[in-house]
Amino acid sequence: MTPAISCTRVGKIWRSADSANDVEALRNISFTVMPGEFVVLLGPSGCGKSSLLYMIAGLEQPTEGTLLAHGRPVASPDADRSLIFQDASLFPWLTVGENVTFGLSLRRESKAKRREVADEILRKIGLADAADKRPDQLSGGMRQRVAVARALAMRPSILMMDEPFAALDVQTRAKMQDFLLTVWKDSGASVMLVTHSIDEAIALADRVLVFTARPGKIKTEVPIDLERPRSPRDPRYRELHDLFADLLADEVDRAFEQQEAAAE
Amino acid sequence: MSLNRRVAAAAPAFLWGVVSVGIFAGLWELAWALGYANPLLLPPPHIFLSDIPGTLRYFDTTNTVGSNATGGGLVALATTIGWTTLRVVLGLAIGFVLGVGSGALIGYFAPFRNLMLPLVTLLAPVSPVAWLPVAIFLFGIGDVPAIFLVFITVYFAIVLSTIAQIESVPVNYLHVARIMGATRWQSFYRVVLPSVLPALFMTLRLNLFAAWMVVLIAEAIGVGSGLGQIVSVARSTFNAKLVFFTMGIIGVAGFLFDYALRQVQRKVLWWISTNSSKAAL
Repeated sequence: MTPAISCTRVGKIWRSADSANDVEALRNISFTVMPGEFVVLLGPSGCGKSSLLYMIAGLEQPTEGTLLAHGRPVASPDADRSLIFQDASLFPWLTVGENVTFGLSLRRESKAKRREVADEILRKIGLADAADKRPDQLSGGMRQRVAVARALAMRPSILMMDEPFAALDVQTRAKMQDFLLTVWKDSGASVMLVTHSIDEAIALADRVLVFTARPGKIKTEVPIDLERPRSPRDPRYRELHDLFADLLADEVDRAFEQQEAAAE
Repeated sequence: MSLNRRVAAAAPAFLWGVVSVGIFAGLWELAWALGYANPLLLPPPHIFLSDIPGTLRYFDTTNTVGSNATGGGLVALATTIGWTTLRVVLGLAIGFVLGVGSGALIGYFAPFRNLMLPLVTLLAPVSPVAWLPVAIFLFGIGDVPAIFLVFITVYFAIVLSTIAQIESVPVNYLHVARIMGATRWQSFYRVVLPSVLPALFMTLRLNLFAAWMVVLIAEAIGVGSGLGQIVSVARSTFNAKLVFFTMGIIGVAGFLFDYALRQVQRKVLWWISTNSSKAAL
């Protein structure tokens, strides 16, 4: 089976005007994601894991290595590889329904068809009554669900999320994780999610890629061998949690030192 | 929201308005009653509003230089206000559209930026009034120089504001558009334009009063009709009553103009939260 994403020796350097200040964000990243797989990228902030998603989305180009999506090189953005941001980035001048079908309207789908798709998806995500509301009338969690719906309306085979729940409170966050698992099973898409929360990684992932501090490299890869839904009381859950905490501890220290140094 | 509730919501603001203007008028009347305000130079409201039909004789329905006043009346007053308003509306509309267009060209295409930005930055601080002779050289006496001056007043402000606003469009909006498959042109008119319009509209409103002042100067010198011409006539004939009456009209018209723009803003830019839109939910 062709992997949904295949990443070979990818590196990214952010160039600056004088080469002394170039920043190496990622080095020698190789991994694959199979269709329908849920992969979480876990690492300290600033380790380049977001840059990786931007490159897979086609918004940025890698400086080295190759990126394939379904066997074809990633050249430009495509609604089949959708990326969802930490801020929902809904357009305030469109209603919720119009936001959901923004991509379809770019393709000049008929108004009736768009309405149909919007109603169907909003019903699925439990926001059936919100179609005609303005985004600023929704809560943070609802807005993020609409952002997911906007991506799903294009039927992507790869759904990427850059710390999508980081701005939400703990209770909303747990709800959103359940919601995301439902969406994932329902859509059959591969999901790649960036987080720095160990609990989020264990709650969601089939497989976790642990990143080092900058330059980001894959430190190790841990499959999560737990049935869903996963309970924090499960002894295996706690083992995994300790494992990730140990893996991350050094990296977080290093990332912190880097940031302190950069600030001086 | 029902009309009654809307009226009830607007009532306090209206009352404060009456009180605010009332105190000012009262002090003026007091100054007159105590003999400090010479009624020939500073006629208080009850004097300059006393002989309205007489004052209205100076207004004229024709829109030409040097015509004799045709007897005035309310129709003539309305016509005069109408001409002035029309010049402002045309100037603002042309300035807004061309300003956004130029700003977008400068913002997106390096050759335009290199060619136009120095010129725009150089000309932006020049007072619109300094353009008046140029306007008359170019367009002669008539409507066009007045419209041109209003245009100049808003154009540079809108160009600079557009450039700044385009740079501050949230980058994730543009990412979303690209991921969803937007072409460059679609990104511009479906995402960038609606993002920048609210701030540009504020720029337009802020420059409205400047435009309103400039059109009066243009009318006094280069047009020969409109409210500005009336003020000019009143000054040269030493008619203080007419001066203050016309000033009152200009104030009210400017206020109503701003009110109209706010209504347009509410309709066209409906997603921008205003106090009353929250109440309307």
